[in-house]
This record gives sequence, C-alpha cells and structure tokens, in this order.
Amino acid sequence: MSELVSRQQAAVAAQGDTNSPLRDHHVHPPHLAHHFESPAQQYDSAKIGMWVFLATELLMFGGLFCAYSVYRHNHPEVFEYAHHYLDKFWGAFNTVVLITSSLTMAWGVRMAQMGAKRGLIVCLVLTLLGGVGFMIVKSIEYSHKYHEHVWIGAGNKYSKAYNGPRNEEGPLSAQHSETNALTDKEREHTATLNQMAKPVATTEPVGQPWRDPNMGTPDEAKIKPMQVIPAGLSEAARQQQIKAVDEHKHSIKYEDLPQIEKDRVATFFNIYFMMTGLHGIHVLVGMGLITWVLIRATKNEFGPTYFTPVDLVGLYWHLVDLIWIFLFPLLYLIH
Amino acid sequence: MSAINPPVSLGAPVHEPQAPGDNYLTHSRGILSWLFTLDHKRIGIMYMVGVLTAFFIGGVFAMLLRTELLTPGPTFNSDKTQAWNFYNHVFTLHGAVMVFLFIIPAIPAILGNFILPMQLGAKDVAFPRLNLGSLWCWIGGAIFFGYVLLGGILNASLGWHLPGGYGLDTGWTFYTPYSSQQASDGTIAALLGVFILGFSSILTGVNFIASIHMLRPKGMTWFRMPLFLWALYATSVIQILATPVLAITGLLLLAERLLHIGIFDSKFGGDPVLFQHFFWFYSHPAVYIMILPAMGVISEVISTHSRKHVFGYNFIAYSSIAIALLSFLVWGHHMFVSGQSPISNVIFSLLTFSVAVPSAIKVFNWVSTMYKGDIRFTPAMVAAMCFLVLFTFGGLTGLFLGSIANDIHVTGTYFIVAHFHYVMVGSVLFAFLAGLYHWWPKMFGRMVNVAWGNVGMILLLIGFNVTFFPQFIMGAKGMPRRYATYPVEFTGFHQVSTYGAYLMAIGLFTIAFNLLHALLKGVKAPANPWGSNTLEWHSPSPPPHDNFPVEPVAGDPYDMKAWTWDEPTKQWVLDEERAKTVAGTEPTKHHH
Amino acid sequence: MLNFLAQQLYLPPKASTVAPHVDVLFNAILAVTAFFCLLIFVGMLVFAVKYRHRPGREGGESPGHSTALELTWTIIPTIIVLVIFYYGFRGFLDETVVPPNAYEIGVQSRMWNWSFVYPNGHVDPQLHIPVDRPIRLVVTSEDVIHSVYIPAFRLQKSTVPGRYNRFWVEAKEKGEFPVYCAQYCGTNHAEMVTKCVVHDQADFVRWLEVASNPERQPGFTPAKGGEQVMSARGCFQCHTLNGAASTGPTFKDLFGRQEVMSDGSTIVAEENYIRESIYYPQKKIVKGFGPVMPSFLGSLKDREVDWIIAFLKTQSANFKGGDANPTAPAAAPANAAPAAAPAAK
Ligand code: HEA
Ligand code: HEA
Ligand code: CUA
Ligand SMILES: [Cu+2]
Repeated sequence: MSELVSRQQAAVAAQGDTNSPLRDHHVHPPHLAHHFESPAQQYDSAKIGMWVFLATELLMFGGLFCAYSVYRHNHPEVFEYAHHYLDKFWGAFNTVVLITSSLTMAWGVRMAQMGAKRGLIVCLVLTLLGGVGFMIVKSIEYSHKYHEHVWIGAGNKYSKAYNGPRNEEGPLSAQHSETNALTDKEREHTATLNQMAKPVATTEPVGQPWRDPNMGTPDEAKIKPMQVIPAGLSEAARQQQIKAVDEHKHSIKYEDLPQIEKDRVATFFNIYFMMTGLHGIHVLVGMGLITWVLIRATKNEFGPTYFTPVDLVGLYWHLVDLIWIFLFPLLYLIH
Repeated sequence: MSAINPPVSLGAPVHEPQAPGDNYLTHSRGILSWLFTLDHKRIGIMYMVGVLTAFFIGGVFAMLLRTELLTPGPTFNSDKTQAWNFYNHVFTLHGAVMVFLFIIPAIPAILGNFILPMQLGAKDVAFPRLNLGSLWCWIGGAIFFGYVLLGGILNASLGWHLPGGYGLDTGWTFYTPYSSQQASDGTIAALLGVFILGFSSILTGVNFIASIHMLRPKGMTWFRMPLFLWALYATSVIQILATPVLAITGLLLLAERLLHIGIFDSKFGGDPVLFQHFFWFYSHPAVYIMILPAMGVISEVISTHSRKHVFGYNFIAYSSIAIALLSFLVWGHHMFVSGQSPISNVIFSLLTFSVAVPSAIKVFNWVSTMYKGDIRFTPAMVAAMCFLVLFTFGGLTGLFLGSIANDIHVTGTYFIVAHFHYVMVGSVLFAFLAGLYHWWPKMFGRMVNVAWGNVGMILLLIGFNVTFFPQFIMGAKGMPRRYATYPVEFTGFHQVSTYGAYLMAIGLFTIAFNLLHALLKGVKAPANPWGSNTLEWHSPSPPPHDNFPVEPVAGDPYDMKAWTWDEPTKQWVLDEERAKTVAGTEPTKHHH
Repeated sequence: MLNFLAQQLYLPPKASTVAPHVDVLFNAILAVTAFFCLLIFVGMLVFAVKYRHRPGREGGESPGHSTALELTWTIIPTIIVLVIFYYGFRGFLDETVVPPNAYEIGVQSRMWNWSFVYPNGHVDPQLHIPVDRPIRLVVTSEDVIHSVYIPAFRLQKSTVPGRYNRFWVEAKEKGEFPVYCAQYCGTNHAEMVTKCVVHDQADFVRWLEVASNPERQPGFTPAKGGEQVMSARGCFQCHTLNGAASTGPTFKDLFGRQEVMSDGSTIVAEENYIRESIYYPQKKIVKGFGPVMPSFLGSLKDREVDWIIAFLKTQSANFKGGDANPTAPAAAPANAAPAAAPAAK
C-alpha cells in the first residue's frame, strides 16, 4: 500500500503543492475533498473506513455462523441427514466461479493503478459475469429446493409450520399425516401430562416421572462414536469394518432420527437459506457496485493518481468471496 | 484527467471560501441546505432536534406508566385486560424509544458529531456523506417507530388497525417465543426500525474511527487527544463490533416471526435461550456505548470547570479501552436464571466484576481532578458532580447484580429497574446535559443563565432520587418489574416513585426552557467562555462553516494555564507562546 | 438486631436455608456501596467547597497524576470485587447442588398460571411443600417463558418452553409466601401470582391426601368438585362467571346456549361440546375468540370433566331441568341425596 501511496504523492506533487495551508482552494488536486490535506491521507482514510466496515460485515455473518455451530453441535445427525439435499457439484462450481471473479477483480485494481483503461474494463466485466453466473446457479438450486418442499419456513415439509401438500412420498406422510402444528402441540401436551399423572407413592422421591418425549436433552441423540474395531483383524477386514461404520454414519435415514431430531430437520434448511440468502444479497450489492465502478471506468476517471473506488469495491468483493469459501464446506461438505 | 470530474465519493465537495463573520448557522439558508448538508455541525444539530424529540416522547411514556402505577388498580381503562395491555405497550415503547432512539445516539451523534472534528482541528469528519447517511438511517428508523406508535394510539383510541402497526408489547428485550408468537404485530415494524437504527450507529462508528486515525493535526499524538476523543474511539469500537450482531439478531427474529424458521422459537424446534445470548451479546456492550461517551464528557467538563489539568490522563484513557474490550465478555450476567449452564454463570459473574474496576479508576481520577482546582459551579459542573455520585451508586448496585446468589433474588425485579436508571438516567442523562451546557455556547454562540440552569439541575437531582431510590427497596422486597398492577403492600413505594417522576419532568422542562432561552435571548458568547484548551475553543462561537479561520496549534488539551483571564476585556486570552512551546515539546506525529 | 432492621426495611422474610446467606451477602455489598458512595460524595463536596472559585483566586498547581495513588485505587477495588465474587459463587453452589433424594415437584407454567404437579399426579395451582425437606422443582412452560420467583426463599428460575430448568429449596419456616412470575409474559403477567404454603411434614401428607381426592372432602358434590378443578387449572383466568367476555367466552349461562363458531356454524353447548372443548380446544372456536386454549387431554381425568360439566350446569340459566329432587316437585324432602345430582356418573 505504502508503495501506492508514495506513487500517489509523487503524482500529486507533480500537480501542485501538497502542503498548502488547509484553507487554500486555489491549487487543488482533483478528487481531493476539502477536509483532507493530501490524496494520500484521503486514500488511507477511505481504506481504514472500508476495513472497519468489513469488520462489521464479518460480525454480522458471525451471528449466523454461531447459530450454525450451536445447532450443528447439538443435532449433528440432523445436519448429516439434511445436507444430502444440497448438490455438492453446484456448490463446488459456484466456489470456483467466485474465486475466479475475485482474481479478475484483484487484477482490475492493478489495471486501474497502472491506468490501463481497457484492461480495467475487461476485468470488471469478467468479475461482473462471475457474479451473474453465481446468482444463476444459486437460483437454480433454490428453485429445486422450492419444488422439493424443502423451502424456508412454512414451505418446508419437515417443519411443524408446513402448509404445503401433505400426502406425498417420503417423510412427509411418515411424520405429518396425523399431525399439523396444532394437534402436534396437543400431542406433546398429552404425553407430558400423561406422564405427570403416573401415580407414585406420596412420600417416595422420584427422578423425572414426566419427561416429555418431544423434549430431550440434546446430547441424548448424538451420533454414536465410531466403535473400536476389534484388534487382530486382517487389514482388509479392518478396512471393511471402518467402511461399514462410515456407511452407517453417512446413510442416516429420516426414520433413524429420534422424534426430537425429526422436528429439527427443517432448522438445517432455514439456516441454509438465511446464510446463503444473506450472502446472495451481498453478491447482488457487490454487482451493483462493480457496475458503478465500471461506468466510471468507461468515463476514464481512474488512473495512477486516483483509484480508491476500484480498490474499495475490490476489498468488498473479496470479503463476499471469502464468506462463501466458509459457507460451502460448512453447508455442502458435512462429514 | 479533467478537473470537471466529481470529487471522490467519500469526500465532501469543494466549496467557495466564505465571507468573514459568516458562521455555520448562517452559511447557507433554506431547509434543504440543512437536510442535505455535509457539515458535521449541522448534522449534529439535526440529530439533536430528533433525539431530544425522541427523549420527550419516551418521557411522556414514562409519565404514563408511572401514573398507571399510582394505584394497584387499572387507571387508564376500567377494563383490566385493556388497562394491562396498554401498560405493557407503554413500558415497552418507553424502553425501546429511550434506548434505541435517545440514549445510544445522544452523546456520540449530537455532541460527538459537533465536537469531534473540532477537537481534531479538522474541517469535518472523514466521511461527511456517510455522516449524512447515518442521520438519514436514524430518521428512517424513527419513522418505523413512529408508525408503530401511531398504530398503537389509533388502535387504543379509535380501535383502528394499521397493518403491522398495532403497538409493541414485547418489552425492549424482544424475548422469544413471546415476540415471535403472541406479541402484537407492531413487533415487525419495530424490528425493522431497530435494524435501520443499527446502521445509523455503525456508520457513526466507522466515521469516528477513521477520523481519529487520520485527521489528527500535527502535534496531536494519541496521548495528546482530549479524553472525549478516547471515549468516542472506545465507543466506536463497540458500535462497529456489537451492532452488526444486533442487526442479524433482528433479521433472524423477523424471519422467525414471519416464516417460523425454528431457530429461536421452541415451538418449531428453536432455542429461546439462544435468542437471549444473541440479544445480550449486543445489548450489554450497548450499555457501555451509552456510558463511555458520557465518561468522556465528564472528563472534559470536570477538568475545564475546575480549571485543572485532568488527573491521571493515561489511566482514564486506558480504562476506556479496557471497558470497551471487557464489555464483550459479560453478556451472560443478564441470564443467570435463564437456565444457561452453571459454569457459564460463574465465568460471566467473574468477568462482570472485572468491568467494575476501570470504572472505579475513572471515578477516583475525576474526584482528584477537582483537588486544588478553581471550581466554578456552572450548570455543566453541577451536572457533572451529580453524575459522580449517581454513577458511583448506580454502578455499585451493579455489583449486587454481578454476584450470582444475589442476582437470583433480585433479577426481574424493580432492583434492576432502579439499577439501570441510576446508570442510564442518573449517569448518562446527567452527563449528556453537562455536555449540552458545556458546549451550548460553542454551538449557538449564546451563554446560558447559570442560576436557572442550576435550579433545573437540582430539581432533576431530587426528583430522580425520589423516583428511583424507593425502587431499590421495592426490588429487594421482591416487587417484580413489568407489572401493570402490584400487591397492595407496595403501594406506598410506588406512589413516592410516581411523584418523584413528576418532579423530574418539572426539572427537565426547566432545563429545556433554560437552554431554549439562551438560544433565543442569551448573551453573546466569546470564543472560549471557559478558558479550555481543547481545540474547539480556538475557533469563534458559533464556528465558521469550515471550523477554523486560522489553523489551531494542538498542545496539551488540559493545559489550563495556556489561557489567562483578561479582566478589562472580560475574556480568556490564549498565551500563544506557551501554547506553541507545549506543542513543540512533543514529536510531530502524523498519519503513518 | 441490624439484621432484624434489614428485615423490616428492605428484605422479605427469610424462609429458606439459603436466604440468610444471601442476605449476609446483600448487606455486605450494601456496606461496600455505602462506604464508597460516602467517600466519593464527601470527598467531592469538600473539594467543591474548599476550592470553589473566588475573585482573584487562581487554581493551584498539583501533580497531573500519581501512579502510586492510581494503583491503590485499582488494586483495592479489585480485591473487594474478587471477595464479593467468591461469596456470590459460594452461595450459587449451595443453590445449585441438589441434596440427594429431594422430594420432586413438577412445574408447568402457561399464560398466566402454574400447575404444580406432585409425585402422585395431583395437580395444584398453589405450591404446597413440607418444611425442613429438600424440594426439587423441575420447571418448564407450555407457551412463552415465565418464571417461578419466591422472594421469601430468595430463589427464582425461568420456565422455558422446550427445556427443563431445575432448582431446589428447603423451607425453614411454616406459613404462606407469595410466588410471582418475574419474566414478562404478556397481558396478565402482573396477575400471574400465587402462593407457596409451607406445611409441617405430617400436615403436608394429609393435605396431599385430601387435595388429590376431592370426593373424600366433606360435603362434596360434583358441582363443587368441578369448581375446584377449574380454579385449580386456572380456567377462570380466561373465562369469567359474571357474563363478561375475557380471553375466552364467559361460563355464565354457557350450558345450553347457542354459540356461533368462527367458521360461521352454530352449535348448542351441551355435554359433548364441553368435553370436546376441554380435550381438543382448537377443534371448535367460538366466533370472536382466538385459538389460544391449551388442551387438557390426558391431564384432566374423565370424572373431573364430568364434575366440570355439572358445575357449568349450575352456572347456566339455559340449562333446563337438572332438578336435584328425585321425587315429584310437590312434596320435596329436605334432604335430597346429593349422589343423584345431574350428570354425576
Ligand atoms: C449505562 C448503562 C449501564 C451501565 C454503565 C451499567 C453498569 C453495570 N451493570 Fe448494568 N444494566 C444496565 C445498564 C447499565 N449497567 C441495563 C439497562 C440493565 C437491564 C437491562 C434489562 O434487563 O432491561 C442492566 C442490568 C445489569 C445486570 C443484569 C441484572 C439482571 O437482569 O438480573 C447486571 C448483572 O451483573 C449488571 C451489572 C452491571 C455492572 C457490574 C456494571 C459496572 O460497569 C458498574 C461499574 C461502576 C462502578 C463499580 C461504580 C464506580 C466505582 C467506584 C466509585 C469505586 C468503588 C468500586 C468498587 C469497590 C468495585 N447490570
Ligand atoms: C435512557 C433510558 C431511559 C430513560 C431516560 C428513562 C427515564 C425514565 N424511566 Fe425508564 N426505562 C428504560 C430506560 C429509560 N428510562 C428502560 C430500558 C426500561 C425497561 C423497559 C422494559 O422493561 O422493557 C425502563 C423502564 C422503566 C420503568 C419500569 C417499568 C416496568 O418495569 O414496569 C419505570 C417505572 O418507574 C421507568 C420510569 C422512568 C422515568 C420516571 C423516567 C424519567 O426519567 C423520564 C423523565 C423524562 C421526561 C419527563 C421527558 C422530559 C423531556 C423534555 C422536557 C425534553 C428534553 C429536553 C432537554 C432537557 C434538553 N422506566
Ligand atoms: Cu408468566 Cu410473567
Ligand atoms: Cu449487562
């Protein structure tokens, strides 16, 4: 950065005095706001501002990552089961797309600094295309989810709030034929109080005579840890064993889930949609910004002495990319 | 490159030099020249208009709820269900408006915006457009709250039902599942409002951090900064790190309420306690967003009006940063009975106490600053002295709450209500008023009437204690908070409290009129009525459009001897030489 | 003595084993608070008076800082808070670690009352406990977060839907103490209050015996039983007996009344409708009311429902018949057998 700065200062020096008194408006490098002394100072301020802003962005997603980890930790098998709905291929594809676009963006900044107008425009267009590609793929994925009734909230067949068609293939019928949010509540209730009503001798203390089957302590339903493989097996046999255990772990079926977990399958999708949704919005904003920079680039506004906007938009775009690089493995590649 | 290009997006446009005698108030005319100004001073003033209005509305709610509590029975409606509902809406809006619309923006957005660039000897904050943006975010958020409010009023009075506008009755803490199921649908609009207000707060934070890093003048090293700037810096750090978490919490809660995403709502497999963690992760640091700037104001006011170099500058500066960092580690102390694990309870309790120490340091340093001073009892100073006592008391009552075994007894009672009013009203509000009185002459070029100012301040002080002290006793005796009615045994306490509240209102109106009177009829103020050496006083009152006719020299901000009282002209005059030499003693530090 | 004063002035009665410890802690912190408040207040006033501005007076010189002093008032408070923390922590341990084989009572909270569930299945709207006996309360909620707050015991716990919270208490004093919901929970939060009755142990066993079997109570009639059950389950929180509509329809003249349902249909409130409304409250909703009533399926036994119906009949002018007199109206013997009361199966 300091290298750029010095270059800027040099350029500005060429244009006239940097250290004229604050209030002097006669000699004034273009783009220099009246409350800054030198383009260098202005550039660094912008840079600091941007980094601080990116910090807030991270914290904002941080909240979602927390929610994710809490539920992943408390309901691993739900994530095991539900993540099979996500298509690794498209996920990976999008990852590649974004990384590439990040590359072209970085390149664009370089071009701007070198005052290579055409190069800058090309890079920005490519980056923009990357964004477009990403959004197209995402919308394909989303529409699949929508049609499979694993949409967000009430559009999700695993959710108690589900309000779509009920009597089709799969878990839907299994779980929801006899229930909707309402009678479900009744079920819990009955269960609870039936339990409560178990007659017990008055004086004798008891443990928890009335545990509600729908409320369990989370750790109850954890995936069983891989059993120790008996010693003295042939290598082949051992491999087989391990494979078997893995198999079991990865081929979790809806039926295998305890009731308490069944009720939480929808949460995976909700977290998925909140995270990718918020990220998607950021991609859109980023595309907007790039377009704006692109327009200014065509007007030939950037060069060695002034490329702050390109630089900042670049930073933003890298952040969006970075966040996706976390989202992809966390959501698509659960093991 | 052609010079006709628009300037960099982040800066303010270059403007023509101004005529002599012209100041920021008269610089340009017309309502638009205010609404779309990039001048930090005008933005600060507009914030003041908005925020004080919010304060007034919050106060009206306070009076309403105190009046309902005058008797155990229903007051505003013969039908109990109606009356209780009304009360629940009133205390929720009271809390939400006071916190989100009044006290969080109060000091940073009003005094900070106006004073920070001037104390830096700069022409403006780093990003004037962002600054305007933050103002508009505040207005946007206020509009949403206004809608909720209007909806509530129309519904209560005429039974009309604005879509999504029927009041707000979640308590300012928005706990799920009540907020995601039963609560009145104003919740949605209110959450959007909070979301937008969050950005207003974030933008201010970004602006202040960049400004303090980049705009410090020659001679102002980090440890030559006025303590108000240290305080604002610490505050900004919290604002940018905590507020985004509030934003995401709001979004998730909205989704929970509208789509049932089962993250916070137990009915759909979510965890209500998780919501509390999210909420307090913001809202505890938020209480330091309130108090830190207040502490900054107090440092300025006490040293100036005692005409003494502030005592223990470094400890005060460091303790601000310490408070900012520690504030992120204690949120769990709001959840001792929520069912979070006992271990976390213990850890949070321990950390909570650690925050108390830096605050203690500050208090002692402030008192020592008065030692051997030359103290003038201006309303600012009187307010600051009230702060010292009320904050000490309010803060120490925090220790009752930090100690788990004790908190389990008083949590959810009026003890809490009393605690946070001592720190939010007794401390922050008084500090805010001290700041207003301290900088009023700078802002409007008029002096306030000292006598009336002090009368108002004393009325407020008395009223305040009469209102909130009995609430400690009620709380200790087990009077739960957020109760629209109460066991008769508490009637006496509640009545005292209510009369105290009326007295507070009188005090505040006196103060309001005192300030307004100064604004309209006050004596013209000199550039530096208090003989303070921070840079804003080196410029005329009110300051010109771009702050300084001549570039000020940054010396030791608390070197009161740099200004001497000149009897004939009845003014403080700057000892140029001293200022220069003091400034010279420090190596010039600029950005990088 | 001092303690007694505190008692009268600002603390509720100490009725549990932990209460005295908590109060000691409270008073200790209070002392610290008082000390420092005075210190600051007096110090400030002295300076304010001594160094107030007088014409011609200049502020004197004094050191800008003093590391020694500042360390002192960093370290002393640190020590003090650590001590306070330690005792708070100790007290908390006592409140957390449940003694073995404590007597367990389940607590189900809902808007706006609690059901205290005793080991023998008896459900009571009030908390009755034996004195000098560790009691373990397992609390949860059916709708929103509530809490169980008993000032006299210095104890409180939130009741969170979807999870169980626990706390324990050993009462040291017999008597009646208020129980509050200290977690905001909507309209009637302020009226979510009941009492905790501490019996001596023999009394408690007797109380439970009787409370669990209303039939055994002297002068029992199904109608009386119904009224008891209903107040025990907090029905009257939402349904009035005086004709005023509340959260739910009034019980006055309910039985035999024509009700318009939310779907526009109309039905007459008779035995089966009432029974259904108790077990499946969401099936039929009276026009103008919300689907907010929890189901009592499994929690109210059939015979209790019968009593409720009997009670509602006594409350309704629309209920024709139901004359308790088996013989011809003309000559009514004074002692009509209560067993023959209507609908008592
Ligand atoms: C400006 C706002 C503000 C400030 C500054 C504080 C400051 C502190 N608060 Fe407070 N607090 C609130 C606003 C604030 N609080 C609000 C709004 C709530 C309730 C929210 C709700 O539920 O609605 C709350 C609730 C709250 C709780 C939760 C109670 C409950 O709900 O059960 C706790 C628990 O630990 C707590 C503790 C503290 C502590 C230890 C400090 C400390 O920082 C105080 C430090 C200051 C001092 C200690 C005084 C100065 C010291 C001396 C003069 C020297 C002597 C010092 C020692 C011997 C240590 N506060
Ligand atoms: C900064 C925050 C703030 C401020 C200033 C106040 C101010 C007051 N508060 Fe409030 N209060 C809260 C924050 C605040 N409160 C919060 C967060 C809650 C919790 C809500 C919840 O539980 O969800 C609460 C709850 C709360 C309760 C508990 C309700 C309950 O639990 O049932 C009570 C009860 O007495 C109360 C009373 C008051 C009173 C009498 C004032 C008085 O001080 C008000 C006096 C103000 C006026 C009368 C307005 C006058 C203004 C002008 C004339 C214009 C001003 C111009 C200038 C002076 C320049 N408040
Ligand atoms: Cu239940 Cu408050
Ligand atoms: Cu806190």
